[in-house]
Amino acid sequence: MIRFLLPLAVFVVLVVFLGIGLTLNPRQVPSPLIDKPAPVFQLHHLHDPDKTMMSKDNLGKVWMLNVWASWCVACRDEHPLLVQLAKTGIVPIYGLNYKDERDTALQWLKQYGDPYTVSIVDSDGKVGIDYGVYGVPETYIIDKQGIIRHKHIGPVTVKSLEDKILPLIRELQG
Amino acid sequence: MYKFKAINTFALRQCVDQFFKSIKQLTIIFYVTLLPLTSFANEALPVAEDPVLEKRLVELSENLRCLVCQNESLAGSRADFAIDLRREIREQMKANKSNEEIIDFLVARYGDFVLYNPPFKATTVLLWFGPLILFIGATTALIVYLRRRRTQIDDIPLSESQRLKAEALIEKINKE
Repeated sequence: MIRFLLPLAVFVVLVVFLGIGLTLNPRQVPSPLIDKPAPVFQLHHLHDPDKTMMSKDNLGKVWMLNVWASWCVACRDEHPLLVQLAKTGIVPIYGLNYKDERDTALQWLKQYGDPYTVSIVDSDGKVGIDYGVYGVPETYIIDKQGIIRHKHIGPVTVKSLEDKILPLIRELQG
Repeated sequence: MYKFKAINTFALRQCVDQFFKSIKQLTIIFYVTLLPLTSFANEALPVAEDPVLEKRLVELSENLRCLVCQNESLAGSRADFAIDLRREIREQMKANKSNEEIIDFLVARYGDFVLYNPPFKATTVLLWFGPLILFIGATTALIVYLRRRRTQIDDIPLSESQRLKAEALIEKINKE
């Protein structure tokens, strides 16, 4: 009996492992920046290039950093959600306009709505490299001490908001 | 209506990008094939500003993964991400950073996943020793199995009729 059950058991274990492997998303590369201080930056505003924003300006509040670009198709998927979230006023959303052109970016915000408290410009992607950005859109949750607590890769969905992002924000704000 | 237009311009932009990339490639092929001909007249210009640095860049980035096209190295990928990171590495090399410093810089931002050679850590012990453990396990199982089979064979004596049959066969062979 064991002669037949053993290969079957090995096969089942193999199937389970392969099943787990196939359902994992290879694009979700865990970020080493979680629970580390958010990289420092000083960037110009998108709307008013004379103004600059520094990462330390946001110390003392929980905030969301959303990396977006007008050339990014997936950004359009998550955008209505961000607009809704901004309206609730739960958390300030800062937009990092990544490797974009100013005119098209402004036009894009005019067309699809502007959820951002401030949009800042990372035209050559240098700050993006510091934050480990590799696939726009990406969203970071940064706590009152300026520590990155969560990174969401790809478009934010209702599910990811309800399951992870919003509870985390409430916890950090509390 | 507007949305449709926007998607179209994006696709168009990608096509245009691809087109220019192809043109660039053709230009390179053109130069590569024609350079030997012109070398009689002029000395060939160096491909990059600093060939030593470019060589070092290629050697380093061949062992780094492009996170966008995960089966391509940073050296070989034409994704924007790889182009940006090559530029970053080039700048750091110009600033006299060592290869280790540059790798640390990248790992701090993108994690061990950028490395094609995973480092030896608590989480990668199974990765490094898994094959060895499997090999030892399989060899042990094979040895145990073979030994058990040998004793099994020894343990089965021939019955009287089988012995007579065998003797008859041997005799027959010997006569021939």
